[in-house]
Amino acid sequence: MRDVAIVSFAQSAKARETRNEVEILMPVVQEAVKNSKLARQEIGFTCSGSSDYLQGQSFAFVGALDAVGAWPPIKESHVEMDGAWALYEAWIKIQTGDVDSALVYSFGKSSPGDLPEILALQLDPYTMTPLWPDAHSLAALQARAFLEATGKTERDLARVVARSLCSAVTNPHAVVSGAVEVEKLLAEPYVCSPLRAHDLPPITDGASAMVVVAGDLARKLCARPVWIRGFDHRIEPLGLGMRDLTRSASTEIAARNAGVHKGVLDFAELHAPYSHQELILRAALGLGDEIAINPSGGALASHPLMVAGLVRIGEAAMRIMAGRGDRAVAHATQGPCLQQNLVCVLEGE
Amino acid sequence: MELVKSITTPVVLDYDYVTGRAQSRFLRGIAEGRILGQRCIECKRVYVPSRGACPRCAVRTEEEVQVSDKGTVTTFCIVRVPSENLAFNPPYACAAVLLDGANIPFTHVLQECALEDVRMGMRVQAVWVAKEQLGPTMSSIRYFKPIAEPDAEYDTFKEHL
Amino acid sequence: MAPTEAEHEAPLTAVHHLEYAYRRSVGPVLGRFFAGLRERTICGIRTRAGRVLVPPAEYDPETGDATGDDFVSVGPGGTVTSWTWVSKPRPKQPLQHPFAYALVKLDGADTPLLHAVDALFESRMRTGMRVRPRWRSETRGEIGDIACFEPEA
Repeated sequence: MRDVAIVSFAQSAKARETRNEVEILMPVVQEAVKNSKLARQEIGFTCSGSSDYLQGQSFAFVGALDAVGAWPPIKESHVEMDGAWALYEAWIKIQTGDVDSALVYSFGKSSPGDLPEILALQLDPYTMTPLWPDAHSLAALQARAFLEATGKTERDLARVVARSLCSAVTNPHAVVSGAVEVEKLLAEPYVCSPLRAHDLPPITDGASAMVVVAGDLARKLCARPVWIRGFDHRIEPLGLGMRDLTRSASTEIAARNAGVHKGVLDFAELHAPYSHQELILRAALGLGDEIAINPSGGALASHPLMVAGLVRIGEAAMRIMAGRGDRAVAHATQGPCLQQNLVCVLEGE
Repeated sequence: MELVKSITTPVVLDYDYVTGRAQSRFLRGIAEGRILGQRCIECKRVYVPSRGACPRCAVRTEEEVQVSDKGTVTTFCIVRVPSENLAFNPPYACAAVLLDGANIPFTHVLQECALEDVRMGMRVQAVWVAKEQLGPTMSSIRYFKPIAEPDAEYDTFKEHL
Repeated sequence: MAPTEAEHEAPLTAVHHLEYAYRRSVGPVLGRFFAGLRERTICGIRTRAGRVLVPPAEYDPETGDATGDDFVSVGPGGTVTSWTWVSKPRPKQPLQHPFAYALVKLDGADTPLLHAVDALFESRMRTGMRVRPRWRSETRGEIGDIACFEPEA
């Protein structure tokens, strides 16, 4: 196995962008490439994560290459997934020995589209989409099942929200943040019971980019490269009724395979767009109460679709790089109710 | 029991599409009867329509350049397949037109010429809608038609194929 | 117009309308399920391990084995295993007044089905409640033939 490290990361997020996707992405890619100390043409492979459905155009992701400079022609790939899975593909590419470095980027502008309608298209087209359930309602089904099965309470959800928004105060990319009291949160009306507005992810437009490099080159480029020590992702069936929604079996398997507990963890960045999902993931990853979760504020403070997962990995890496931790786990999710989960274990040099 | 063979699952999506800054400039130029491109500060190429970025250099393009509405057919095809929502009845010629002053061709339709006369190097000019009908939309240009100028030499456009 | 003035102009916007008409082949397993709905009946499929999946699936998600054709009649009544309240229904959703989305485990099934429950009041909904299907007046052989579920009296 080749050692691969994150050497740079950049992101941007805003509740509602007036810029188009290339305009949003270009400064983020430029910053990540500049901070990597590699010239654009020296990077061996480029991989992106985004969803054409957010733009309403097939092959929309190809237009984003204007932000990257695909000349001379580059080795490039794309996943219709969060950028975290583009990172996984880049990591695999480096493992094959075909390249020694990669630029990974992701972008998502959900504000122009009808997101509940778009996300209903990711469901089973025969028996679920025709009922047009919105993503928040599906998450709420999981939330209720989880609370009733585990004895956790709405107060526990509110605590997750309060802690997240408080942590987000120091995050310049948060679209929601602030000191909020649990009692005030619980006094808010339900949007889709048992979930309230603050339990749901804030609509966010954004982009992120990361450069990863193999072996000794990482040490030459970066004072403290952040090594990917474990990396795995698993998927569950699409049908909600086929899964146990109260736990995340795919995260449990990915965590084992990634070796989450091979060492001490200083903190975790978990991609939980809904508050109850943080509790499900905490249990699946076996994280005790002493481990700080989402010092960035997490997805409840900023949720750029297709980007938020890669941001969890980037936030964790930058925190380690800055010396505020040595080893962390980052997680990304896709699909309704935590259908697909990726776990990435990071360790500073 | 006779099995169901298929179901219809229509998809309908609406987007509040926002153009980028460069595309807005371009379309506002079209509304004034002008074709605007942008020049890359690094490689000096002029891109039409304006797109805000140089795809080779990955930098923002800012310098605005007005290009001619006359140009050269670099390549073309004859469309024979009917489809819904076509503005013209097949068969018609669809051409990549390299406007004078631009470094990349863009696609439009040729009219007012026999299909067998369409050729690489043919000189053409935009036919606009009436002045009072101009708007920030590509349909402000109805089509391109041939003009009485000698064909462009192959060497002058071979880099742009 | 000088480029610098342009920086202050608001970008142009337009509604981009996308429409696709998809006709999907359903295959023999869903074909049987939808044929049953057309007759106002609901079926599941039994896996080799004996689990009854509703809606029926072509492959057992636990083993990957093909499920074959061991169709089993389920319901019509069932039990709500989870629910949420939709206070502002969207245009294409099953009901146009407030309703619940729920997971309904039909009698005889081992997996719950996603559907709507017309409970009229959120206070009527609870996990474990009994519901039964309300059928569309003219069935077509699709999931919407069950217009929704309603509480059993």
